[in-house]
Amino acid sequence: MKQILELRVNGDRHEVGVPTHFTLLETLRYVLGLTGSKQGCDKGDCGACTVIVDGEAVLSCIMPVQEAEGREVRTVEGIAGRRGAHPLQKAFDLTGAAQCGFCTPGILCSALALLEVNPQADRDEIARALSGNLCRCTGYTKIFEAVLLAGQAMSSGREPAEIIGEP
Amino acid sequence: MLRLHSYVYHRPANLEEAVALLTEHAGDVLPIAGGTDLVPNMKHRLFTPGHLVALRGLRELKGISDADGLIRLGAAESLASIAADPLIKEVLPSLAEACGDISGPQLRRMGTIGGNVCLDTRCTYYNQTFFWRQALGFCLKKDGDDCHVVKGGTRCVAAHSADAATALMTLDASLELAGPGGRRSLPIEQFFTSDGVWNRRMDAAEILVAIHVPRPAPGSRFSFQKLRIRNSIDFPLVNLAAACRLDADGKVESLRMVASGMGAYPRKIGKIEDAARGNRLEDAVIETIAHETFRQSRPLDNIPVDKDWRRAMVPVLARRALEAMAG
Ligand SMILES: Cc1cc2nc3c(=O)[nH]c(=O)nc-3n(C[C@H](O)[C@H](O)[C@H](O)COP(=O)(O)OP(=O)(O)OC[C@H]3O[C@@H](n4cnc5c(N)ncnc54)[C@H](O)[C@@H]3O)c2cc1C
Ligand code: SF4
Ligand code: FES
Ligand code: FES
Repeated sequence: MKQILELRVNGDRHEVGVPTHFTLLETLRYVLGLTGSKQGCDKGDCGACTVIVDGEAVLSCIMPVQEAEGREVRTVEGIAGRRGAHPLQKAFDLTGAAQCGFCTPGILCSALALLEVNPQADRDEIARALSGNLCRCTGYTKIFEAVLLAGQAMSSGREPAEIIGEP
Repeated sequence: MLRLHSYVYHRPANLEEAVALLTEHAGDVLPIAGGTDLVPNMKHRLFTPGHLVALRGLRELKGISDADGLIRLGAAESLASIAADPLIKEVLPSLAEACGDISGPQLRRMGTIGGNVCLDTRCTYYNQTFFWRQALGFCLKKDGDDCHVVKGGTRCVAAHSADAATALMTLDASLELAGPGGRRSLPIEQFFTSDGVWNRRMDAAEILVAIHVPRPAPGSRFSFQKLRIRNSIDFPLVNLAAACRLDADGKVESLRMVASGMGAYPRKIGKIEDAARGNRLEDAVIETIAHETFRQSRPLDNIPVDKDWRRAMVPVLARRALEAMAG
């Protein structure tokens, strides 16, 4: 059974025919071809599927796709701008905050939703905002460093590389 | 990858329409709020309704308000909004804390307080995929007729695991329900039953509209304590909510404690008020009460982690709660 839905994803309007029992994550990955959001546990435990809906980081693997209708969905594919990588992405690169990278799209979305309302977030606030995103590789230290650096960049308008004195 | 079964997703415009949909499809329909419990459960084929009725958009289920000494929490308010609400943080801090301790931040923005009150019970042998459950042999909560926790048992003892509901049990909350027969109100203390299969005195076609909590009297103090493996994402291994009223000298006028994560319903700890009344919350009194919580708690091997350790931790949570309320 399919249903026609109008979705707004990363600023684009899509009219899509989706099986009525699809989650937002399945729709992103298998209908729209946006495979950046990861299907980890697929049941709300890990945060790999985190996307931003109306400014808030949520879990797309347990959201019926109909609940995204009429709302603004943003995924990892929409983070970079026309001028290239977002400061948050640059910060992840510079600090080595991604290892295997499986958790990274979800973590970028959780972190971005936080920094957009509070670029001055301190380490504790960052840890709390990311406490629904599991990372099995990094031990989080470099992820926190990256998000702090991105926050500095976003609030000062400077490049992350410039802040840490990288060429 | 966990696939959902096929269903029709209805998004009614108002409460009346929602009740009508639930009535029309009775037996083959469930309400869905945040879906944070129901969607994983459907992926595990624990529920396979042909119709879902979405509650999230219903205006009647929204809002946090305070009028005539009664606080009204719309059932579709998210856990995050209750945890962050200035009024709730000030006058019902144990509820704000319980909501703020549920799972992780993304889930708290989706999950609702109503869904928490109506949360299905949990069990190691139940919250598993169809394949897993079939391989072991189904149990009597779903598809089978044995219990794997109590061998030879004839009733399900899956664990009530809802944190906000446990806190509400100490707050004189009452539930406003709407169904085909109209509206009714039920004190939360009468809501839960010991049947782990369906532990709510509520029809599957009824809707929890709002939760009403009287504004606490002056001198009231509250605490919510939760034991879990990680301090995020995890369900409670046991939890404990406490509420007391102290007079001007710090002597106890009333005391209530409820613990859950053990059997099918949140359990009121008995016999503690007499030990506490007229006394300050000092070491000897705290010890007596903590011992009583241990005596009355019987965790089972229904959720992961050793039941004896979970039992031993109940008085620890009780002590923490009493010390927090005394301080
Ligand atoms: C990884 C993970 C961790 C979790 N950790 C915790 C935890 O630590 N503590 C905890 O308490 N919970 C936890 N939960 C469970 C759950 O997410 C929350 O309890 C949440 O509050 C459920 O609300 P919901 O709106 O998403 O409910 P839903 O999933 O929408 O619904 C749950 C049930 O209630 C019914 N229902 C929902 N709203 C209503 C209503 N208004 N009227 C009638 N029936 C209704 C539905 O039909 C369904 O049967 C966790 C879940 C996951 C996936
Ligand atoms: S307590 Fe027994 S019947 Fe209930 S879910 Fe667990 S194994 Fe099944
Ligand atoms: S894939 Fe959604 S939380 Fe794990
Ligand atoms: S980088 Fe591998 S899980 Fe986070």
